[in-house]
Amino acid sequence: MIEFRGVTKQYPDGTVAVGGVDLVVPPRTTTVLVGTSGSGKTTLLRMINRMVDPTDGAVLIDGTDVATVDPVRLRRSIGYVMQNSGLLPHRTVLDNVMTVPLLKGTRRQTARARAMELLETVGLDASLAQKYPAQLSGGQQQRVGVARGLAADPNILLMDEPFGAVDPLVRQELQQELRRLQRELGKTVVFVTHDIDEAFLLGDQVVLLRTGGRVVQSGEPAEFLASPADDFVSGFVGADRGRRRLRLEEVGGRRVVVDEDGRPAGVLEP
Amino acid sequence: MNWLVQNLGLVGELLLVHLALSVPAIILSFVIAIPIGYLAHRQRWARGVLLTLCGVLYAIPSLALFIALPAITGFGIRSPLNLVVALTLYGIAVMVRTAADAFDAVSPDTRLAATAMGYSAAGRFWAVELPLAGPVLLAGLRVVIVSTVSLVTVGAVIGVQSLGSLFTDGFQRGIVAEIVTGIVATMVLALVLDALSVLAGRLLLPWARRAAPGRRSSSQAAPIEAGEPA
Ligand SMILES: Nc1ncnc2c1ncn2[C@@H]1O[C@H](COP(=O)(O)OP(=O)(O)OP(=O)(O)O)[C@@H](O)[C@H]1O
Ligand SMILES: [Mg+2]
Repeated sequence: MIEFRGVTKQYPDGTVAVGGVDLVVPPRTTTVLVGTSGSGKTTLLRMINRMVDPTDGAVLIDGTDVATVDPVRLRRSIGYVMQNSGLLPHRTVLDNVMTVPLLKGTRRQTARARAMELLETVGLDASLAQKYPAQLSGGQQQRVGVARGLAADPNILLMDEPFGAVDPLVRQELQQELRRLQRELGKTVVFVTHDIDEAFLLGDQVVLLRTGGRVVQSGEPAEFLASPADDFVSGFVGADRGRRRLRLEEVGGRRVVVDEDGRPAGVLEP
Repeated sequence: MNWLVQNLGLVGELLLVHLALSVPAIILSFVIAIPIGYLAHRQRWARGVLLTLCGVLYAIPSLALFIALPAITGFGIRSPLNLVVALTLYGIAVMVRTAADAFDAVSPDTRLAATAMGYSAAGRFWAVELPLAGPVLLAGLRVVIVSTVSLVTVGAVIGVQSLGSLFTDGFQRGIVAEIVTGIVATMVLALVLDALSVLAGRLLLPWARRAAPGRRSSSQAAPIEAGEPA
């Protein structure tokens, strides 16, 4: 379990990136931080592995204040996946995936076997193992990034807009794979995105942030539509727009769901 | 040609002396410039000061430096050590800026990813920043190699033997073949050392060529079905 207690981050230039956040991330679930650009999502995420230290408040992992843990050791125990994969360009795909286990002192042979296994798990052909990151497509690089994040078998996986830079089709594939992976592995995932649809798809819990790093609403995805906290929330989730206002129509004996513009959205299961 | 054939032994000997003067200076300036360049890359205030100092250092006429240096180092003016120190200083002056640029060229995303994975600052330097700075460092090293090998010849004027002695001697005695041999031998030496450094780069930085932009492989897009675990 990850717990934010009154966490604030003010940068030296005066910018308040995160303003007094209280938040509990339950274990073995996916929590998605969503919000506009500059709302402090990345800052909040990086406070978990001490890439950023809060100026006030505390972040706790299983009850331990992370400020008391050596940052290097802490980071080796937490998976991190970022946009544009952040792969090391001078290492092959396999070596990239093996990086953290080797840092932790795993034997080379063991790390290698585990890495090959993980490449398969994230849907990459074994023939890619010896390639360099620049020889891969954007989607393939993100898969490697996910494999690398999982390589040391961390309990916690942090993902900062991991699918933000790939085209929509590939993004959908990757989202589905992450859902499948999460069903199998049951990690504590904290996922950052500015795409509310992605947040609703992946999140067991969604946390909506606004400028100044304040939590506007948090809860299960459906709650955001059922009872948006304010106009900002309904605006952000699109509840006030046509696409989320659905109604039923009878077509040839079946009930079809259409949105406000009359565009068919699907059929209603009996 | 006749002159060369008769003096092959001398030329060979001077070639070795020349090599013994330039290689230590090249290696020393490369090794010393890297930490200075890294400091210039990390600290904004240090950058301006260090790069200006290097510029000034490089602007000192070589003959003046060769003559003035013994006052500081205590080596004799004709001592090869004096020359090596002077050449190292010039090499550093050339190399520091390139080293700073080389570290600047490492993508901030990559550095961030390395930190996030749990590299310590030192681990990140050796495992990530230094190798990724490699291609630009190599480009700087090549300039240092050529300029050092050529600068060694100036030492002949103050009496430190090298291939440059062939020009001074040739001028004094009016032997054109000797002068030409000195020039050609110096250039060949520079080219050979340059080629060796390029070869070393290929061996040490195999990713640099394959990772060249615009050479992405489009094949083998992984089908998602293949991703289902067994
Ligand atoms: N190192 C820094 N120094 C000063 N201000 C910073 C720094 N890093 C971030 N900020 C500021 O803090 C605020 C929050 O930044 P953060 O990167 O956490 O936002 P974000 O929600 O991740 O945005 P995005 O969706 O664009 O990635 C922004 O106003 C940003 O300009
Ligand atoms: Mg961000």
